[in-house]
Amino acid sequence: MSIIKIKEYPAPEVNRSEILRYMQAKGGDSALDALIERGLKLIEDKLCFRVCYAEFPVSLRDGALNLGFTVTDSRDLSKCLNGCDRILLFAATVGIELDRQILRYSRLEPSMALCLQAIGSERAEALCDAFCDDMEMQYNEQGFSLRPRFSAGYGDLPLSLQEDIIKTLNTPKNIGVSLNESLLMSPSKSVTAIIGIKGEK
Amino acid sequence: MKILDYLKENILYLDGGMGTLLQAEGLTAGEHPERWNITHPEVIQRIHRDYYDAGSNVVSTNTFGANLLKFSRDELENIIKAAVENAKLAKESSRNHGEKYIALDIGPSGKMLKPYGDLDFEDAVSLFAETVKIGVKYGVDLIYIETMSDSYETKAALLAAKESCDLPVFVSNAYGSDGRLMTGASPAAMVAMLEGMGADAIGVNCSLGPKQLAPIVEEILKYSSLPVILKPNAGLPEVINGKTVYNITPDEFANEVKSLIGKGVRIAGGCCGTTPEYIAAVTNLKCETPLLTVKKSHTIVSSYTHAVEIADSPILIGERINPTGKARFKQALRDNDLDYILKEGLDQEARGVHILDVNVGLPDIDESEMMTRVICELQAICDLPLQIDTSSTEAMESALRRYNGKAMINSVNGKEESMRKIFPLVRKYGGVVVALTLDENGIPETADGRVEIAKKILSTAAEYGIDKKDIVFDTLTMTVSADKNAAKVTLDSLEFITKELGCKTVLGVSNISFGLPARDIMNSVFFTCALERGLSAAIMNPYSDEMMKVYYSFRALHSHDENFADYIDFSSRVSTLTTASGAVNAAVSSDDTTLRGAIIKGLREKARELSVDMLKDNAPLEIVKEHIIPALDVVGKGFEAKEIYLPSLLMSAEAAKSAFEPISEAILKAKVADEVKTTVVMATVKGDIHDIGKNIVCLLLENYGFRVIDLGRDVEPQRIVDAALESNADVVGLSALMTTTVPAMEETIKLLREKAPKCKIMVGGAVLTESYSRRIGADHYAPDAMDGVRFVEGLK
Repeated sequence: MSIIKIKEYPAPEVNRSEILRYMQAKGGDSALDALIERGLKLIEDKLCFRVCYAEFPVSLRDGALNLGFTVTDSRDLSKCLNGCDRILLFAATVGIELDRQILRYSRLEPSMALCLQAIGSERAEALCDAFCDDMEMQYNEQGFSLRPRFSAGYGDLPLSLQEDIIKTLNTPKNIGVSLNESLLMSPSKSVTAIIGIKGEK
Repeated sequence: MKILDYLKENILYLDGGMGTLLQAEGLTAGEHPERWNITHPEVIQRIHRDYYDAGSNVVSTNTFGANLLKFSRDELENIIKAAVENAKLAKESSRNHGEKYIALDIGPSGKMLKPYGDLDFEDAVSLFAETVKIGVKYGVDLIYIETMSDSYETKAALLAAKESCDLPVFVSNAYGSDGRLMTGASPAAMVAMLEGMGADAIGVNCSLGPKQLAPIVEEILKYSSLPVILKPNAGLPEVINGKTVYNITPDEFANEVKSLIGKGVRIAGGCCGTTPEYIAAVTNLKCETPLLTVKKSHTIVSSYTHAVEIADSPILIGERINPTGKARFKQALRDNDLDYILKEGLDQEARGVHILDVNVGLPDIDESEMMTRVICELQAICDLPLQIDTSSTEAMESALRRYNGKAMINSVNGKEESMRKIFPLVRKYGGVVVALTLDENGIPETADGRVEIAKKILSTAAEYGIDKKDIVFDTLTMTVSADKNAAKVTLDSLEFITKELGCKTVLGVSNISFGLPARDIMNSVFFTCALERGLSAAIMNPYSDEMMKVYYSFRALHSHDENFADYIDFSSRVSTLTTASGAVNAAVSSDDTTLRGAIIKGLREKARELSVDMLKDNAPLEIVKEHIIPALDVVGKGFEAKEIYLPSLLMSAEAAKSAFEPISEAILKAKVADEVKTTVVMATVKGDIHDIGKNIVCLLLENYGFRVIDLGRDVEPQRIVDAALESNADVVGLSALMTTTVPAMEETIKLLREKAPKCKIMVGGAVLTESYSRRIGADHYAPDAMDGVRFVEGLK
């Protein structure tokens, strides 16, 4: 395992149509747009964009995929990592303050709570995109390419892998992300994923 | 020599990093370093000894993550026993002849506490208590709680240590580069809470280098009367040739630590990346011992984010969370309608108060339980410090225990019994206590009499070890229409206590005008007089424009308002003051002139205004039946036809709720006998903390005029059954989002069938399906909120 790096990003650009999609309100209207703008304003200076990550060797033997920090028999992940000899494991979060605001508005104004949920999901995904773009650039320079990110719970990769990921990356200390008994992360708008690194371009 | 005695005369040196050294010895990622106490005792002993040899007075046991979440009870005991043994052997074999101590090291649990995670506060306390008890059994000199990045968890650990042993307890937190803990607390807030709870030393460790920690340490030094700990990393990590390297040398590290010792730090060591070399560099610099830690006199309360200082610039304490004289509030308490109570808090916050008074006393409710619930719920969504206002010692203790910060305590008075009950709580949990100048003989009619009681309170507090900075005197506002000298006596004693005793003061202002007309006017003038005489804080109604005008003007006139920024901001709001939830929906188009239109469009303020207007000529229930329900039906049908999206449905529901608020007040006022309404008990089942869906259903059900008892999230089956029986509920609605909590739903249904067979049960939530809900025995599966409403309607 390589060392665990911690990185903080500036706020990525907001994609409003993604927020609408998360609100299950494609298209939207002026009232929804106003709600979203107000929501964005509310959390403007309340988010952080933190990521911690590390590199591991990966190998496939007799159907068992050794990820360097754990072993799994997930076929879907094996397929995704086909041709890779290393992976990047990362965890990203937009911080606990958003959960406070969601809780607060679920009391005060449920429509805003729903909107903040959607904004949070969009922000967390945007952070992952920013991180992946950043990594892509770094690895491309060295002649490597990256596979799309893959999270526990996708396909046949069990959610229980979260326990190993959280422990390996020491996320409670590094970025303030912990796991509850139902394997959900706190802060709720957090993501962990695996990215395959391909040996040649 | 005892460590605290040694600390009085000397700088105390701690050890440096452990984790990085163990990794160099072969510890792999994911492996528990605590097990090395047993598997590699020689390595642990050598590291400890190297630190003692380098000049450390205190070595921390290798028990950072030693708790019951990670190890079984037996293994935990073995690990801690071995860890203490390793430290003892190192201590005996060290060449260092100075004073040497062993600290039981306690790091964070790795779990987030409720409500953001699933670790209950009391469970966290028990968890830490277990580790402390074992450590104490095998013989350590002190407890060192470190690297905590959440204020609530820090409180749990400190409480556990204080309740489990009499050893000194040191506490240091890990601050981020933004100068706050991961969950938001500022250094001043942490000082207030930890000092209040009786820690013996407090400070910072980990996360940054000494240079980056300097501003945080200086902030702590400014407020702390306790010795301050500095245990930084060896600078910031950099990656060179695939290895993490910390970017400052032992000498640079030592010089930076020395400069902070010069500013008042009393306890120094190192964290990640530091080695015995770094510690030797620090101890070799022979820092001159600075003066004894200076006692500070700041009167401070805190929340999970920030500290509020009661100082020269006066403070506002919102009084509205209080059932006295408020029929609507009493109703909310009886109905367990926490939303109403919480909203009262948030609205006051929007008005600019600094602290919220919380009083939920009613003769026919369990005050202790209600107070604790309200405190927990409020502090989850509002970052203002809270003032716990109750005459029940039991409710006071229960609330103080769960409070995430240093609370204001309302109140103690000069009666022996009152002081005997309240002061031990202040001593244990910390707090700034409001002291009423009355005693067994009642309220003195003279200023001298009230001052005498104040002196008695101060000296008794001192016997309990409570400093005068933590006492704020209330010289009692009496009704002036009953006694023409009332205001004068209150103000004279206030001034004397401020000037001669050097204490802070607080008054509940509005009582002065009781029985007189135009009370706002007199209240605000009395408020002005009190401020002029030195009043530090007022418990008041922030919805009163007259009071707020006085407040902002006074601050501007007494140079407490830089560039008049607050005054100017207030002046722009004063004519259009709205509630927190207001200021929405500025654009109003033509068909919004009817209540029906306003609800359909989701315009809250407009809907409320129209409803108030209509109440002049219409019966309250008429408005509900003829206007609100039909409007909701339009929206509901649109939603069912997928023409309207969920957010819009919610906005309409919120508008309807806001229109309903004046109507329900009118109904209470008219004391119309309650028509028998269908009653629905709603809850998210045990283990599940997701409640947005359940909240939406509650809101819609209320809209449709049903009586809703919302039990919240993570609710025990028994509590749901009790509520259903007590309220004689017709329907129980259960929600679960996660597959892991569906069994809890099934269990609840079973218990309901057994104890409350008359109740219909509807269920909903992301993981449920029609067939599954039938299998676990529910009467109805509601795929969405409107469907839930239709089901309950159908039962009429």
